[in-house]
Amino acid sequence: MNLVESLRIALKALGANKVRSALTMLGVIIGVAAVILLVAIGSGVQGEITGQIEGLGANRRFVFPGNVSGGPGGGGGGGGPGATIRKQFSLEDANLLQRRLGSEAIVVPVVQAAGTLKAGNRTVRSTIAAANENGDDVFNADYLAGRHYNRTEYTTAARVVMLGKTPADELFPGQNPVGREVSINGERFTVIGQLAGRGGTLSGDQDNQVYMPTTTAQRLLSTRDLSSIIVKAVDPERVDLIKAQTQQFFRPSFGDEFTVFTQEQTLGILSSLLGTLTVMLAGIAGISLLVGGIGIMNIMLVSVSERTREIGIRKAVGARTHDILSQFVIEAVVLSVAGGVVGIVLGWAGSAALTQFVPTEVTWWAVTLAFFFSAAVGIFFGVYPAWKASRLDPIEALRYE
Amino acid sequence: MDSMQPNPAAGADAPSGPCGTRVVLEGRGVTKSYILDEIEVKALCGVDIQVCEGEMLAIMGPSGSGKSTLMHIVGLLDRPTHGTVTIDGQDVSRMEPNELAAVRNKRIGFVFQAFNLLSRTTALANVELPLVYAGVAGAERTRRAREALERVGLGERLGHMPNQLSGGQQQRVAIARALVTEPSIVLADEPTGNLDSKSGIEVMAFLQELNETGITIVLVTHDERVARHATRAVEIRDGVIVADRAIEDRIDAAAELVALGGGA
Repeated sequence: MNLVESLRIALKALGANKVRSALTMLGVIIGVAAVILLVAIGSGVQGEITGQIEGLGANRRFVFPGNVSGGPGGGGGGGGPGATIRKQFSLEDANLLQRRLGSEAIVVPVVQAAGTLKAGNRTVRSTIAAANENGDDVFNADYLAGRHYNRTEYTTAARVVMLGKTPADELFPGQNPVGREVSINGERFTVIGQLAGRGGTLSGDQDNQVYMPTTTAQRLLSTRDLSSIIVKAVDPERVDLIKAQTQQFFRPSFGDEFTVFTQEQTLGILSSLLGTLTVMLAGIAGISLLVGGIGIMNIMLVSVSERTREIGIRKAVGARTHDILSQFVIEAVVLSVAGGVVGIVLGWAGSAALTQFVPTEVTWWAVTLAFFFSAAVGIFFGVYPAWKASRLDPIEALRYE
Repeated sequence: MDSMQPNPAAGADAPSGPCGTRVVLEGRGVTKSYILDEIEVKALCGVDIQVCEGEMLAIMGPSGSGKSTLMHIVGLLDRPTHGTVTIDGQDVSRMEPNELAAVRNKRIGFVFQAFNLLSRTTALANVELPLVYAGVAGAERTRRAREALERVGLGERLGHMPNQLSGGQQQRVAIARALVTEPSIVLADEPTGNLDSKSGIEVMAFLQELNETGITIVLVTHDERVARHATRAVEIRDGVIVADRAIEDRIDAAAELVALGGGA
């Protein structure tokens, strides 16, 4: 008896008990869909981080005040770990560093702080992200409207801001904010630009930011300190040289109380953490697939005992052990593979539906893995009932009532 | 299965049986015992039986006599506890289950009291079943199954499910299934047991007709009248053969049908 024959018999037997077959498949469907969905979310988030790293380029170095021992711990957004800060960077440091590095690098002094924005009766909490006229190199974003602040606005500490997507939407829903006024921490600013949305990431909501010159931010916050200094090598090949020069520059006045690192390092650690998390989630989803497999075994055992007489008839007219074995194994595999395919489709649809909340990416390896794993579940859990069926004594089976 | 072809040497040496022709099926010292609640129950106690080529042998006896057990053993559905079974001189009693399945498929057709058709399966597909396991596929398989059904007068009911057929028709499907692999032996276990008398006579007429084409038939029955359709009767009681006689007043089922005013 060939495979086509076995497949025909299996489909007929499954069709005879449609509700039961569907319920049995449901276990596998849920398991496979869960695996696909969770892996899709994991890979989606990881993919976005990788995209960010690529977007930033490999030629940036971040200089934070304070000695962060044991690797970068402060993250890209914060002001560095407070406990180890003994000395702060000032605009002077940034300017001197720029002069030292010359045209080899672009130095951007960064201030980040929380702020409250108001326009009319609307209020939004946002992050102030301040840089110099080269801020585009740091916060690379697309403009929906308006422009970046220029050198003059920077040196004069002009009260101009660019709004990220969130404050723009919150304060001026459906309107062009360029030219309008907002108040930040009680002071009035003119909106000169609006940025396109970039979506939330694990390193912070990049859309909920308001951008302004560093000088303006320092005056607003009544501080002379910088949160960090970003150094971008013009020639990516020379990034290590620039890093060494930066360290040389800071060492005399800061000793060890500064840290130079790349954002890739932070994101790389985050990414590998996420990878582990994804595998863990997939493992948990895999358990539900296992439970689905046990459901298949259960129903196959019921099916074998229900169809004992049929097995007897088949054996009486000449079915051999492997004919019966393959018939029932194929039945189990059809159940699990059909469940797997439906699960893949559902997982796919589910991750597509989730894209508006979480970045998702259905990876071919997750689909392939889920498909073959479900087939393997069918074989594994189908073999025992099928083996039982194939070992039945023909005359015992025929006598079975 | 070349090994199952009659062994020429064995065939030549085979003693002619009780009816003068070659012995095709033989049980020697066949014992079958079961363990029931730790007590050994003997269904058969050293039975010797020979079935000759082309005869129609009735195995008779009351229920519990061991006649069905004997049929199952000579039909290779069951194995004897002791003793040997030979087909065409070849010992089959120690064969592997898969070898036995192949012999049953090729050499033996079964007709059961309870019909034993697959439910929710058309008459045609039921008759095709032995061919599926014989490795016959496609149009050839359908053609042979259709021919077998036409032979039992069910050419118009190929697509009917068993539950859409009368008892007599179901048994005829079962006969078609027994015939489709062109076996040399047909074993029938109380083939009329679940049928009304007219359908029963029809079935017996088919079996007699088959017998006339040279197929050896072994018929198990408790009914004296059914047994009289055979050419020889063996009577079994408590696992022992107590009588072995030729049938003198054989009933011709076809004539009986005509007498009933029906006709097959």
